[in-house]
Amino acid sequence: MLNNFFGFKPDRSKYPSVNEDGSLNIDLSSHQYTKLWLGPNHPGVTGNMAMELTLNGDEIVEGKTHVGYLHRGFEKLIERRLFVQGFPTSIRMCVAEPDTNEYLIAACTEELSGYDKQIPDMAKWLRMLSLEMARLQGLLRGVPGQAGTYSLGIGVQWGVYLRDLILDRFEELTGARVYHMYIIPGGVRGLLPEGFKARMEDNLKDIDDFIVRIKKLMFDNAIFKKRSIGQGIVTKEMVDKYGVVGTTARASGVKRDVRKDNPYLFYDQLDFDPPTAEEGDIYARTFVRWQELIQTVDLIRQIMAKMPEKGDIRAQMPNVLNWRIPKGETYVRIESGRGEYGMYYVTDGSDKPRRVNLRGPSYTHGVALLEDLLVNTNIADIHALMVSLQTCPPEIER
Amino acid sequence: MSELNINSKVQEMLERSEQNAKNSEKTFVRPEDEVREVVAPDGSIIKINPLYDYFSGERPKEEKPKNAIVEKFLNWARSESIWVLGFGTGCGSIEIPPLVTPRYDMFRFGVQMRPTPRQSNAFIISGYLSVKTLKRVIRSYEQMPSPKYVIALGSCTINGGMYYDSYSTINRLDKYIPVDVYIAGCMPRPEALLAGFGKLKELIKEGKAEKANEYARNFDEYKANQKKIIKDWNMPDYNW
Amino acid sequence: MKELVEKLNTKYALQDIIYQRDNMVFATISKELVIEAITYMRDYEGFAHFVMMSCADWIEDNKFQLTYILNNPQQRCDVALRVMIERENPTMTSAHHLWKQVWTYQREIREAFGIQFPGSPRVEENFVLEGWTDKPHMLRDFDTHEYAEKTYFPRGGRTTNDPATYMREKLYPNQPVTAKKNKNVE
Repeated sequence: MLNNFFGFKPDRSKYPSVNEDGSLNIDLSSHQYTKLWLGPNHPGVTGNMAMELTLNGDEIVEGKTHVGYLHRGFEKLIERRLFVQGFPTSIRMCVAEPDTNEYLIAACTEELSGYDKQIPDMAKWLRMLSLEMARLQGLLRGVPGQAGTYSLGIGVQWGVYLRDLILDRFEELTGARVYHMYIIPGGVRGLLPEGFKARMEDNLKDIDDFIVRIKKLMFDNAIFKKRSIGQGIVTKEMVDKYGVVGTTARASGVKRDVRKDNPYLFYDQLDFDPPTAEEGDIYARTFVRWQELIQTVDLIRQIMAKMPEKGDIRAQMPNVLNWRIPKGETYVRIESGRGEYGMYYVTDGSDKPRRVNLRGPSYTHGVALLEDLLVNTNIADIHALMVSLQTCPPEIER
Repeated sequence: MSELNINSKVQEMLERSEQNAKNSEKTFVRPEDEVREVVAPDGSIIKINPLYDYFSGERPKEEKPKNAIVEKFLNWARSESIWVLGFGTGCGSIEIPPLVTPRYDMFRFGVQMRPTPRQSNAFIISGYLSVKTLKRVIRSYEQMPSPKYVIALGSCTINGGMYYDSYSTINRLDKYIPVDVYIAGCMPRPEALLAGFGKLKELIKEGKAEKANEYARNFDEYKANQKKIIKDWNMPDYNW
Repeated sequence: MKELVEKLNTKYALQDIIYQRDNMVFATISKELVIEAITYMRDYEGFAHFVMMSCADWIEDNKFQLTYILNNPQQRCDVALRVMIERENPTMTSAHHLWKQVWTYQREIREAFGIQFPGSPRVEENFVLEGWTDKPHMLRDFDTHEYAEKTYFPRGGRTTNDPATYMREKLYPNQPVTAKKNKNVE
């Protein structure tokens, strides 16, 4: 690969030596190894997450992640709240893409109470629109964010500005900027405002322009290429072994997308093809994500063209204050911008859930996979690696 | 009457439990924090106590204002250069990036983010604080040079917000570190943050943002509150 | 899907089989057989993707319910296996050797519910909490509100209303208390 050709790669086969039981022989008093805590308040770390690194020079021989700095105990709190009170609580579980949480908890409660067949078509289209807009705003942070880790900060400035425009549209649609609470049990809270589609189209044109420019900034850039090609490789075999999902899995050549495999809402009526790559390194992941950005813009256009003008937006639901759901359990998954995002929901016949458990992509990417990928990288590459795996700590600890 | 005999098995168990009891007193000290001897590069042996050797043992001191004109000038200068520590403690930190970009642009107010506590004088507590983070927040706050200001962002710092009944997050921030400005909302918009900076500037210019002195004055009270919830206190009391 | 469940049923004696969706089935399996069953499903039935592992506390039955959810990416179907284990001194066989991420789940469940997984790597380390001295925080008999009131300093002035009563008082002040009940409510 490029790195071996241009760069210097030391021979690390001899150290650290391995003990008989397979553990590493790291003697901190030998002056050969350093212990370094990266985080939780390091500006380069995505969210608050600490990494306990054992270094040899600036190469990592062992890395352990420490999470829990953002733990709020959501799963416990939701057990104390009525089903409808769980909605505003659940969306705060992951700030990067809150709408996926909204949809998941709505889908779980509707399925368990038997209302999932009665959701009006218009509500489904609007749900899809809000989910795709959430994906778009997540990708607008994520794609240039990868360049930001290599100090190409201008892309981040563009991306965050454009994300703000999408948040403006969210504000128009839902009344809130970050936490929308738009998807409610039985449907959505409102129709599209007048002129929404035209203003959205304006923003999408800006994003089209951004997509072209960011390609030149990132994928034609020598620094970006040199530092990302061949780094942090996730092989095809690792995908099932570690439970890798979403764009990270697709960049390793495993074409899995919940929108295609288990279509929910009206995704089977849309025309799209999830992009893939074979290499599985940081460059490939970013490239797949960039293609995903193009596809999301196209999907929003398709949704806006195909959705009906008017229609019911809510099904007739029981009084939310006396809403009881019979005993049962389910697992619902959707494709968020980062991968499979699922919720396990158990009810016991009372007016509160028995157990809610969220399965975010970061749970596997951010702990087990990251710890193994950290070994033999340099300190300077950790940030890039974390962003490329789209680690979002609030999703790990909830 | 013969003395009560403890059979050897039980004796062993007793010793083990005594040992455990002794260990449990200091379980919160990590192995790398224990008192130990190290060999210096020149061969001499040095005894180190990592928790106390690297920190000054001095309590924080109250700083009396200097003469009025000088103080006024200093306050003007301070209010125009608010350097914020880049430590996003909660979900409010997602509204910080928009502030750096041209649309809201906080640089025009002299506000910028700094990577280390030693360079910053304002601390944005961006939302809920879990106890685990509070420990790091206290440590970072105490490392910041005085005068320093705290902006509490979001409802959860005021009374717990929607996490009022959570076992993991604190309810009131002002019990643990003094707060200059509260910005209410969940979550506050970037404009609200800018308004909060404006309010802080006013306070500084009027000479009312003296919360660092308050922290020094009521140091024991704050420490007692902090130690009440941080049960594994494995750091020195004075972190500067 | 049906054939697979029947095959599993003859092999491992499943109980309480519920078809939640066309491609998702929940079933209870005995504690001793579950690791064997998921190994078999991974190696021979193509359930290569370990979705998640979760735990629910059925305090009234004195049981913990562990759920293993597996996904077959080719057939696009899911099987969730429930295991009921005793609430006293709960112990479960570790499955960390099957998938790399399982030890994270086991470490979290050990901290949240106190279930032991002997042999699982780093299972004794804290996952999200630090210096926690109370009982495991996800147990049903741990009252988080009471703990928060006792430990932190609640600011005065916060009042909590029962939503149903409050709404009735505000919206329909003249209506008698025995309001008409919704049909959907049991």
